[in-house]
Amino acid sequence: MSSVTRATDWRLATVARIAPETPRAATLTLDVPGWDGHRAGQHVDVRLTADDGYRAQRSYSIASAPNDGPPQITVVEVDGGEVSPWMVDVARDGDMFEVRGPFGGWFVWDASVTEPVLLIGGGSGLVPLMSMLRGGARARLLVSAREPDDLLYASELPPETIRTYTRHPPRGWTGYARRVDRAMLHDVHLPGARVYVCGSTPFVESVANDLVALGHDPAAIRTERFG
Amino acid sequence: MITRGFHRRREHDARLPPGQYLEHDFPVLSAGPTPHTPLEEWDLAITGAIDPERKWSWDELQALPREEITVDIHCVTTWSKLDTSWTGVSVDTLLDDVELLGGYVTALCDGGYTTNLPVEDVTGGKAWIAYGYDGDELEPEHGGPARLLVPHLYLWKSAKWVRRLIFSEDDEPGFWETLGYHDRGDPWLEQRYQGD
Repeated sequence: MSSVTRATDWRLATVARIAPETPRAATLTLDVPGWDGHRAGQHVDVRLTADDGYRAQRSYSIASAPNDGPPQITVVEVDGGEVSPWMVDVARDGDMFEVRGPFGGWFVWDASVTEPVLLIGGGSGLVPLMSMLRGGARARLLVSAREPDDLLYASELPPETIRTYTRHPPRGWTGYARRVDRAMLHDVHLPGARVYVCGSTPFVESVANDLVALGHDPAAIRTERFG
Repeated sequence: MITRGFHRRREHDARLPPGQYLEHDFPVLSAGPTPHTPLEEWDLAITGAIDPERKWSWDELQALPREEITVDIHCVTTWSKLDTSWTGVSVDTLLDDVELLGGYVTALCDGGYTTNLPVEDVTGGKAWIAYGYDGDELEPEHGGPARLLVPHLYLWKSAKWVRRLIFSEDDEPGFWETLGYHDRGDPWLEQRYQGD
């Protein structure tokens, strides 16, 4: 009997640990039988089954470094959501749901990327970028959050991280306090960089359009849009 | 396997393929920035294993018989949107009076995106070049000025910003198809990834 596990096989994952990230986000460490690592930037599909047989399926980016033990996903609760509130508010150690993956071969970083790297994340868009940083990407990072309470991985972000708070900056804040715009991208621009942009559709659309308008090669801009 | 404490919060609809949920907004999935090609530079061509090859300017495409299309669309990222309404030209219309010499087609787009399909999936009233959405022109982030619309397959097959339909004898995997996604992408068979 062969027992080779394929990425497309659904496997039963057990929640090994849950760590709150913000009041509305949590990181779940998953024990997945036969897990064989991932590439930074990839995602897993998860499937939850209710007691009436109803199933819901979603994709979540992996936050942990490649080849660093069990995969971790960070989930930000979506208003009116179905799966994310369970992940953030209900899940506890030992809970189980189905997982398959990792998937995705475009929005990925590994050490073979030799050009400078610029990472731009809005809200939960920071999750796949964090996997790249944890995996050793030496990158310039620009993060946009509504307020300090919404900033993921705040204590772990490299000190040189460029932050902007779009709604409520902390008291005494002297950094950026607006949405990412063309002037800000001009400030943080890295000529010749590979750029990874991840966040909501309006965020990614605006950032990518501005980068192109600033003369950045469209082919060097990789995007991932959440909802 | 029942997940403790998980309950349905969303409406269910028999028109949703397995693993999909109902979305009322219109999310966007693209691998890179949105291209913005001026209409006076825009054209659409059918080339490759086809006789004769043909090309249309923007105005020429607008002059072809247009159809109003109301369909459900399904994205591999698990959202579906029901009863979306589009305006466009049937691929059958583009292929009127041409001879097909191959069984496959690759859509090539501004920005370099490609996706591959068997000819049977774009003929017989199953595919369109869509340039209108919900009574308006098609927004760039949703594929405007024109995109392929193949609603019976996952939406990555409905290539945004399409400029060329390249016909061939052999099936050549496109952008997502070489990155681990399924070659055909039938949502009712849940063909999301290679191996599904």
